Amino acid sequence: MAENITKKVDSIQFSMITPQNIKKMAVAKIVTPELYDREGYPVDGGLMDIRLGVIDPGLRCKTCGQKLKECPGHFGFMDLARPVAHIKYVDMILKFLRTTCSQCGRILVEDEKIKKHLENVSLAEKERRYKVKNNLVLAFINSIKLIKKCPHCKAKQKKITIEKPSTMLEDGKRLNPIQIKGRLEKINDADVSALGLDPKFARPEWMILDILAVPPVTIRPSITLESGERSEDDLTHKLSDIVRINQRLFENINAGAPEIIIEDLWDLLQYHVTTFFDNHIAQVPVARHRSGQPLKTLTERIKSKEGRFRHNLAGKRVNFSARTVISGDPKIKFNEVGVPLVVAKELTIPEKVTDWNIKWLKELIEKGQENYPGANYVIRPDGKKKRITEETKEQLLEELQPGYIVERHLIEKDISIFNRQPSLHRMSIMCHKIKILPGKSFRLNPAVCTPYGADFDGDEMNLHIPQTEEARAEAEVLMSVQNHIISPKNGLNIIGSIEDAISGLYLLTKGLTFTKENAIELLISAGIYDKKMRNSKDKVTGKEIFSILLQEDFNFVGTSKDGNNVIIKNGSLKEGIIDKALVGEDNGQLIREIYAKYNEDVGIDFLAKIFKLGIATLLYSGFTIGISDSDIPEKVDKKNEELVKKAKKDVNAIIKIYDEGKLESLPGNTVEETLELKITEVLNKVRNDISKQVSNTVNEDNPTIIMANSGAKGNLLNVAMMSSCVGQQAIRGKRVKGKMHGRALSIFKKNDLSPEAHGFIEKGYKKGMSPHEYYFGAMTGRDALMDVALRTPKSGYLYRRLANALQDLRIEYDSTVRDAEKSIVQFKYGEDGIDISKSDGGKINVKKIIKQIQGK
Amino acid sequence: MAEEFDIKKHSFVPVHIKLTEEEAQKVLEEFNVTKDEIPKILISDPAIENLKPDYGDLIKIIRKSPTNTESTFFRVVVNG
Repeated sequence: MAENITKKVDSIQFSMITPQNIKKMAVAKIVTPELYDREGYPVDGGLMDIRLGVIDPGLRCKTCGQKLKECPGHFGFMDLARPVAHIKYVDMILKFLRTTCSQCGRILVEDEKIKKHLENVSLAEKERRYKVKNNLVLAFINSIKLIKKCPHCKAKQKKITIEKPSTMLEDGKRLNPIQIKGRLEKINDADVSALGLDPKFARPEWMILDILAVPPVTIRPSITLESGERSEDDLTHKLSDIVRINQRLFENINAGAPEIIIEDLWDLLQYHVTTFFDNHIAQVPVARHRSGQPLKTLTERIKSKEGRFRHNLAGKRVNFSARTVISGDPKIKFNEVGVPLVVAKELTIPEKVTDWNIKWLKELIEKGQENYPGANYVIRPDGKKKRITEETKEQLLEELQPGYIVERHLIEKDISIFNRQPSLHRMSIMCHKIKILPGKSFRLNPAVCTPYGADFDGDEMNLHIPQTEEARAEAEVLMSVQNHIISPKNGLNIIGSIEDAISGLYLLTKGLTFTKENAIELLISAGIYDKKMRNSKDKVTGKEIFSILLQEDFNFVGTSKDGNNVIIKNGSLKEGIIDKALVGEDNGQLIREIYAKYNEDVGIDFLAKIFKLGIATLLYSGFTIGISDSDIPEKVDKKNEELVKKAKKDVNAIIKIYDEGKLESLPGNTVEETLELKITEVLNKVRNDISKQVSNTVNEDNPTIIMANSGAKGNLLNVAMMSSCVGQQAIRGKRVKGKMHGRALSIFKKNDLSPEAHGFIEKGYKKGMSPHEYYFGAMTGRDALMDVALRTPKSGYLYRRLANALQDLRIEYDSTVRDAEKSIVQFKYGEDGIDISKSDGGKINVKKIIKQIQGK
Repeated sequence: MAEEFDIKKHSFVPVHIKLTEEEAQKVLEEFNVTKDEIPKILISDPAIENLKPDYGDLIKIIRKSPTNTESTFFRVVVNG
């Protein structure tokens, strides 16, 4: 694929094309509007001249001698009978005309001023401050606009106006392109520089065209319709319009036609050349097909959503990919993806036939497209692609030999790339191994939802199949799930145990004991066969079962969620309970430790095993919650009610002080704000007090408490909300405010400041809410929903802009951060030069390293 | 009142030091860059006004850093 590079691009200079250059690169002069002769062969000197390249198979290009698809195409040129203005440069032409003398062509200011301006401009240019340069030039041009007399030749300057789109008027009299060109030619090089152009690459007179480059036929190919008729490209149509008018203009000039006719034709030529460049200029009628559909000319090809950039260059489409709904499957591995059979039969991998796999591939071909695992195509060494069907099967089997390529169905363990939009970080696209499963959705382990940001409420994801060995190797080594457990944003593990797995491990290590047989049963049901029991006692504790998964040389000291120590010595859990702080996502100390000590594969294996073990434990011991699990003793219930009552009394006392006008405002707040703050404080405090009460009384074996304590789901506040008190509802951080005559609902008194009138829900979910309390709950619910719906796109766009602005920045080997130009942005990455993903939460834990070195 | 307030003494304004020609050359060599490849500072910047800077001078800035206790930064003086 890669051809030998003989020349390397060192720099690119954009410039205006000069008439000389057009002529130099042109291979043919276009003189006739006819395209083909009677035999359907391209006419010499026509727009489809075969010197401009070939678009018909079989023909050879007269310039380079190559065939279709080999010949890149060559430019032609066209002499215009009269010059016309290039529509894209009209504004610039006007600027030049206005700032220079109509007689001597100098800029309308004194030499010293020009010199000084030139110095400023060249300094800005040298420092590559192009915006500054542009502003300098603009200011310079604006300062000249009103000068009426040339300081050099003392000629009086007339006012030049423009009549859109491209007609210049001097004191109301028309300037034709020949006159304009004459004036532009008189401007000397220094003055051109002062006006912001580099005369080496852009002389103003080149903005007036008297010779037109004709693009090669290869960029405007004609299509042969089914009827055998040829349909030409829009550009060809426009060019033939130009040729036709140009010819008529020539003829009329040579015949000495009256000036008025020539001027009409000249205008027409200007119109056609203008629409050739851009068919959507204001005040210019759009050139159309006979059907009335507007022509797509040069600018339209590049611009807007359907243009070259956004459609073809930025908007690439790929083959060998699939997209469908995702669903969860806790039994597949983290680095696997469940693929439906229909997808596996559609997506293929090209397998090169060798002596070693020819038998297997022949079996696949025998199966064909319909049966799985089969194959869809055979590619011969000459590149011919053959579909495998009942008819072709036998013949293909016979001729198959090493060197052929078979496009076979996906099978298990194939490499794939799995992705969910928006791809905000590198973990949004990772490499998974294929696992064929029944059904029609992609299956993934629920623990890898976090890096993708996926859930199963209808999310869809994309699957890509790398087609070459290099691509597969690269994907597997760089993009595998196990290489992305540690997030580069904070050095924490983005993948970890979730929900049930945490509850299960918590229960297991907290105090479950098993008989030896039951323990082995548990391990096997968790899919763990390859580990050894370390002791042969009759009773096995949960901690011992957990220890089986640990490496024998593993030592660890950590802190669990409740602040107790968790100690692992020589691969056995001596002390502590496993919970979210050790194996959860984002703060799983244990996971990071194993990941750092061993390698990625050990890490992901451990993670997968504890995940399965946790779930198996739950299945084994049973885990459920019911309404009675949020029951609290009557005594506590009474006490909670009293707490609420007291809080309400406190609030009323504050309101009373306020009503009497004795409330003193806090610094920076009005009296009303102070009142609100004080009330909110009291009401929030009561809910916390209640939640403390609840946590003191409920049983530690209560499933809701287990979930809260282990960090699997929920917290004590949620428990309190269910059992005793939902608490204050807030809209935009404030108590619910009444908007109808000073009240939230018509059942309240006007300007009532009491807690119940402003969204305090004093009952728990289980006891049930009163109608107005329910209404307040719905208000906050809707407010939260709106907030999310409105904020997500906004923050998403902000993030996108940030990512685009920073995308070229990279850390060089000297740990400086540089942009695409190799200019320094940061002298040391992050000002401390630490690779966060290899650090301990963004810092270097020196004590730990010393301990490690000492071997403790 | 207005005269007493010196912006350069505010705790948010980091220390700015003008480097000598040799020092500047050393910095450029250390990072293997030319003067137009490092960040810029306007000659009119109030923070360097008493250093009497000239175009092309290198300014060393010592800032407090949230990740490191202190960080050094270099800027080249340019025209604005």
